[in-house]
Amino acid sequence: MDLSFLQATLLTLLGGLPLTLNLTACSVLLGGAGALVLALMRTSGLVLLSGPARAYVFVFRGTPLLIQLFMVYYGLGQFRPALQELGLWSFFRDPYYCAVLAMAMNTAAYASEIIRGGVASVPPGALEAASACGMRPLMRLRRIVLPLAIRQALPAYGNELVLMAKATSLASTITLMEVTGLAGKMIAQTYRAVEIFACAGLIYLLLTFFLTRAVLLLEWRLSPRRPRRQPAPPTIRITGEPA
Amino acid sequence: MKTLILASALLLAAVSATVTVTGAAAQSKPTAITIATEGAYEPWNFTTAGGKLDGLEIDLANDLCARMAVRCTIVAQDWDGLIPALNARKFDAIMASMIVTEKRLAVIGFSEPYAPTAAAFMVEKTSPLAKLPGAGTTVDLGGDSAKVTAALAPVAAQLKGKSIGTQTATSNTAFLEKYFKDSVAVREYKTTEQHDLDLQAGRIDGVVAQKSSLTALLAKPDYQGFTLAGPTFVGDVFGKGIAVGLRKDDTVLKEMFDKAILAAKADGTIDKLAQKWLKTSLMN
Repeated sequence: MDLSFLQATLLTLLGGLPLTLNLTACSVLLGGAGALVLALMRTSGLVLLSGPARAYVFVFRGTPLLIQLFMVYYGLGQFRPALQELGLWSFFRDPYYCAVLAMAMNTAAYASEIIRGGVASVPPGALEAASACGMRPLMRLRRIVLPLAIRQALPAYGNELVLMAKATSLASTITLMEVTGLAGKMIAQTYRAVEIFACAGLIYLLLTFFLTRAVLLLEWRLSPRRPRRQPAPPTIRITGEPA
Repeated sequence: MKTLILASALLLAAVSATVTVTGAAAQSKPTAITIATEGAYEPWNFTTAGGKLDGLEIDLANDLCARMAVRCTIVAQDWDGLIPALNARKFDAIMASMIVTEKRLAVIGFSEPYAPTAAAFMVEKTSPLAKLPGAGTTVDLGGDSAKVTAALAPVAAQLKGKSIGTQTATSNTAFLEKYFKDSVAVREYKTTEQHDLDLQAGRIDGVVAQKSSLTALLAKPDYQGFTLAGPTFVGDVFGKGIAVGLRKDDTVLKEMFDKAILAAKADGTIDKLAQKWLKTSLMN
């Protein structure tokens, strides 16, 4: 076991961590916003809205992320004159934006289904009660549906978060040097695949560890408070003389 | 001993390359071998639209196998996994336009080279880089260092701030990082086809690759708007030529390949293949 090599490897690979985190955060934030819109479209009950949402989810959940990434990067790259005319080329020229776009679109599809599940789980009684109190649909959505739906969807969404964090490794295929990209480069230079991939794996393991803890914490915060610790039973002081 | 058994059981022994396999009994002449290529480096080795492997190295491999009187299976494998997989005994030889370099020699063995190597830049004709200084000259990077510096300085000045694509884990990448680290942004791709696409899309300003491969590429209609630029680079990181990659302990196989390659060179087979695939002579 070559400890100094492992240490050097770990340090080099950690250099890719900011980009990995950046890609994860941006694609999850953008994708999350997209997912919310898609989920609301899907549950709106209007064919004009739910139809496109269904089609979107069908396409983006039905094809591999790697293909989506290549389609955005190399595929759209072939339409450079058209994109230049639209003024979009400076966006698509950059592999970083292409990666964020592809990953956000992908996670939006998955997450919208997760949120839809959460929305479907809101008890009808709660909705009726809200209506009975005189809440209009938007207020009902904001005060009743979304808080309950998001709480319900959180465990499944945590899974999606972890999957996205690991999926950023695909960005290395379009020249972005994040953790996996750096690992591949180091292996190419040293041919020591086992040690380097082990180090890269360790970094992802730690990353997902903290991610899952964060989701757990959020889950706990959003749960109706668990019964607090029973107040200490009043200590009975017997003041009188013992019998 | 126990760890060694465990390691080989996990197929790690060969991969980690720190554990060398020793004590191989007197090797007998193999009757069947597997040769790996990349299958994405036209015209040296590539995959046809029908999914078949073709190219100079495929023809050459078949010729060499006939000379060695062994049955050959040719397989395709990702470029950056070729050397680890060879040492893991997934196949017996690499013929993938692989250049003999010091770094690779530390991990695997090589046969006699079957082709010399030279690298060049390819850029868009309309790009300012098309007038890269030094066109028509050859810079021997292994030669007199003062001369090399003098030849590279104007090239580096013009490349300042440009992004250049190369295939990851190649001598071309090593070349850029050693000589142009301060001037260019190196963008690394899994295959040369990918950097060619990005050059066409205008995401990068140029690519560095083997001149023979670029020359063949420029003959295609899609690449009419592109041209070679600047000097031709040989020596140093570009090593001692293209050779068959072999495991260090496969001495018998090396001897067989050496003999076959020398014979193929002597009777003009290799030059004929070069004319067919590269439209140029290799023996310059």
